[in-house]
Amino acid sequence: MARQEKKKDVVIVGLGWTGAILGMELAQEGLEIVALERGHDQATVPNFQYPQMIDELRYGVRLKMMQRASQQTVTIRRNEAETALPYRSFGSFLPGNGVGGAGTHWNGLNWRPQAEEMQLRSYVMERWGAGIIPEDMLLADYPVTYDEMEPFFDRFEYVAGISGKAGNLNGQIIEGGNPFEGRRSREFPMPPMPTTWDGQKFADAAKAMGYHPFKAPGGIASTAYVNEYGMQMGPCNLCGFCERYGCYQYSKSSPQTTILDALKRMPNFSYRTESEVLKVEMAEDGKTATGVTYFDEKTQEQVFQPADIVILASYQLNNVHLMLVSGIGQPYNAVTGEGVTGKSYAYQMNGGVTMFYKNEEFNPFIGTGANGMSIDDFGVNQIDFGREGFIGGAYWRSGQTNGQPIRSMPLPKGTPAWGADWKKAVGEWYGHAMSIGSHGSHMSYRTNHLDLDPTYKDRHGRPLMRMTFNWNPNDLRMNQFMKGKMEELAKTMAPDLMQSAFKGDGAQYDVRPYQTTHNTGGHIMSANPREGAVNKFGQAWDKHNIFVTGAGNFVQNTQYNPTGLVGGLAYHTAHAIRTQYLSNPRPLV
Amino acid sequence: MSKSLRIIAALAAVGVVGGLAFAFVPVQTTAPVAQLPDDWKPAEGQGKYVMYASDCLACHTADGGEPFAGGRAIASPMGTIWATNITPDPETGIGNWTLDQFRAALYDGIRADGAHLYPAMPYENYRKLTEEDVRALYDYFMHEVPAVQNKVEETKLSFPFNMRFGIRAWNWLALTHDAGFTPADGKTEAEQRGQYLVEGPAHCAACHSPRDMLMAQDGVSVADANFLTGGVVDGWNAPALRGPDSAPQKWDVAEMAAYLATGRNIHSTANGEMGLVVEHSLQHLTDQDNLAIAAFLKGADGAPVEMPENFATLETRALPALDADDAGKETEKMLTEAAPDMALGPRLYLDNCAACHFVSGKGAPEIFPELAANHIVTGSEVSPLISVILNGAEVPSTAKRPMHLVMQGYADRMNDEEVAELSSFLRKAWGNDASAVTAAEVAAVRAKQPH
Repeated sequence: MARQEKKKDVVIVGLGWTGAILGMELAQEGLEIVALERGHDQATVPNFQYPQMIDELRYGVRLKMMQRASQQTVTIRRNEAETALPYRSFGSFLPGNGVGGAGTHWNGLNWRPQAEEMQLRSYVMERWGAGIIPEDMLLADYPVTYDEMEPFFDRFEYVAGISGKAGNLNGQIIEGGNPFEGRRSREFPMPPMPTTWDGQKFADAAKAMGYHPFKAPGGIASTAYVNEYGMQMGPCNLCGFCERYGCYQYSKSSPQTTILDALKRMPNFSYRTESEVLKVEMAEDGKTATGVTYFDEKTQEQVFQPADIVILASYQLNNVHLMLVSGIGQPYNAVTGEGVTGKSYAYQMNGGVTMFYKNEEFNPFIGTGANGMSIDDFGVNQIDFGREGFIGGAYWRSGQTNGQPIRSMPLPKGTPAWGADWKKAVGEWYGHAMSIGSHGSHMSYRTNHLDLDPTYKDRHGRPLMRMTFNWNPNDLRMNQFMKGKMEELAKTMAPDLMQSAFKGDGAQYDVRPYQTTHNTGGHIMSANPREGAVNKFGQAWDKHNIFVTGAGNFVQNTQYNPTGLVGGLAYHTAHAIRTQYLSNPRPLV
Repeated sequence: MSKSLRIIAALAAVGVVGGLAFAFVPVQTTAPVAQLPDDWKPAEGQGKYVMYASDCLACHTADGGEPFAGGRAIASPMGTIWATNITPDPETGIGNWTLDQFRAALYDGIRADGAHLYPAMPYENYRKLTEEDVRALYDYFMHEVPAVQNKVEETKLSFPFNMRFGIRAWNWLALTHDAGFTPADGKTEAEQRGQYLVEGPAHCAACHSPRDMLMAQDGVSVADANFLTGGVVDGWNAPALRGPDSAPQKWDVAEMAAYLATGRNIHSTANGEMGLVVEHSLQHLTDQDNLAIAAFLKGADGAPVEMPENFATLETRALPALDADDAGKETEKMLTEAAPDMALGPRLYLDNCAACHFVSGKGAPEIFPELAANHIVTGSEVSPLISVILNGAEVPSTAKRPMHLVMQGYADRMNDEEVAELSSFLRKAWGNDASAVTAAEVAAVRAKQPH
């Protein structure tokens, strides 16, 4: 028999970026709110403190900031013919755990999608027609436009404390910024971070080719910063421990540095850690949720938390899983194409070139997760899809993120992985390599989706979620296009050696090497209830008091890191709840 | 003269005078400084506000205890004084106290039973409270604070300090000023309000004025020469709040007010005892009152006072770190060059401190305090600096700046010699000019800390 807690106005599942944002915004409405966080509590001191945090073996390799497979994982297969197996050793993607979620261990790369990416289907149809859209591609428009989202992107950037340089201020192109970005209503809250030598070298070469380099934007504080909640960041020291680590210096944008202490002061807000939500409970008529059942790790019992509004703000994979086990939205059927929950799972298509210089010193231990110079000359809105034979694009960036000895030791291909020759090569090449990365879009396809696994169960007896995912020719062609362009540029930089890593024709998804934790889709937004699980406000089409945040809302993945869009959408959802839903709870579309 | 000798001398004097006084004069309590109608009622919230301004909570609440139920140990040179239960519980608190008895405690340091309070209770300052505030405070403690039955340990100081009547004689010597508040002439209303708060309820002089031969506050009013010229409390320097090098003179009124209300500003952070004052008292004051305090301190010795409209607003603010000032250039250069043979102190600074406090020693505005000309770094008392290095420091969450800002400790990372080298470096860096710290001093601070 489950224990029952006192009813709240709002229950929030997960206290990461979007849980903290929704918590703050709705607490300001005076609502009684409880957030349930599966993991532990954590704060800059003591959890991220120096020097314990900058332990590459513990956090970089053994992944101590991350979700454990024994807590929750997925099964994975590449196509319908395979039998999915549990993802037991985390490699390809790394969901976070604990208060702050992935917002604590990200690299800080914060971008807005391009306006064209928000309406990608319409953009393609207008320019090239349906003929260029591959048959199995679920190409769609977001049900909100860039212009509608602009105030919310702006709001998130000012809360999160993003450093950067605007390239398009109210339609005016600004020197030094990204000329291909969407219109910004004002400059970034902080000036851009300085750039390391590799980034400068790349920028010089890019400029010589006629491209338009600019300093990459990031949630890394270039100055001391105070945001609208009175929360604070301190200037970054470029120690190079961003991704997989919490920041010991209050410099990385995170729920801890930008929201949580302000939220904790709200008397109508509380949160419980080690409280894993197992299911969203429904009213008898099935049209609304009544609350959630969670597992209280401390008392080892199930607890029912009644609430008038349920906000699913956990990681994309967990959100979709919860929806599938709770019956939110009809499960997507990849064969018939019917259903919505689990549909349009997408990822990211990345590649890069590494260049070795015997006589260059890059000092790779100086860096940040969002360091460097970028170009957007091969972004979605700059490519003739009809001519190139794919839909998509990528931004490029060169800027070292760290010089950590275990994983950040680029060596020429063919170097032994251990032993005397490896040591010799490390001595020869450490600090003499730089790279350029291509960070590319990933479309949604009929074949890539999420559902419940028929065999494997989690520790609570729920079926694990099954991921069916493989690379598709469209995105691989995009990647090969980037390879060609990037190698051309890299050659002008005259390295002693260079090597490329771009997936190409026939590449199969491999879960072992880290790729990116940009898992998207599965509860996508849509203009009508047939195509997606939630409406433009993140409100579940079939249960109006459930709102869902995060990258699961992405109809297909953009060419950028997802956080800027995730944060913008969270403020968009919060605004809709505050201004439209609370006064008259109902389906908003 | 050492502190113990001073105390003995003071006590000898107190003993003689006190003996005579005790023999010939009946105990008298001070009358109200204004006559209010019997049906006078404080405005809603006034009593609680005076409580915050007077910082009653911090001393009269034990760690983890019920508010105002007493039981906090207050270290004094004479031994441990146990803060009393001031909830309206009739048996263990002050529930049976009359208004006159309550006023006598605030003004004269006399309990309802006629016994003398130890001057850890800052009645030298509370003596300046207006009758309105006395009444409001009485009303608050009688009607708004929940009664808590909690018998607090009796304060038992060793002889001769256990002779409470001796305090009576001390009062004759120390408590010479009139009750009530006298505003300085020719000041703005805000400055006069600030003066009232500083001299009266906020009892700033209890720490920031030096102590005289009798261990009484040497300066309780702005007209007193030594008022707020700096004191030492429990091993912490309470810095001077007057004079050209004092914070109120170097900082503008808005930054001073921000420091009071949020425990941080573009220069510094409030740690130790001052952090507690911010947490329990000042952050609860209105913006106008914190500005008033800052304005009073700025103008106390005649400096012009420019009043800002507000401070520590929630407008987003990007503040670049500053370069070293002239006095700090040499240290900045040495740290920037980071020569392999540099001394241990600066090397430790680079390895542990520079990321936040920068080679400039200027820190970062509102978050990492300046170490150049920082009174904790350069104080005559070295244990606070050592303690911050070993155990870290924190600034409480406040309404206008909610971040609970924590500096981690380095006790596990540096041994006593290293902390001494680092501390000594800091005390000479960027134009700082204070004496070296020894490993023995570090060891003494380390030994005090619970592990």
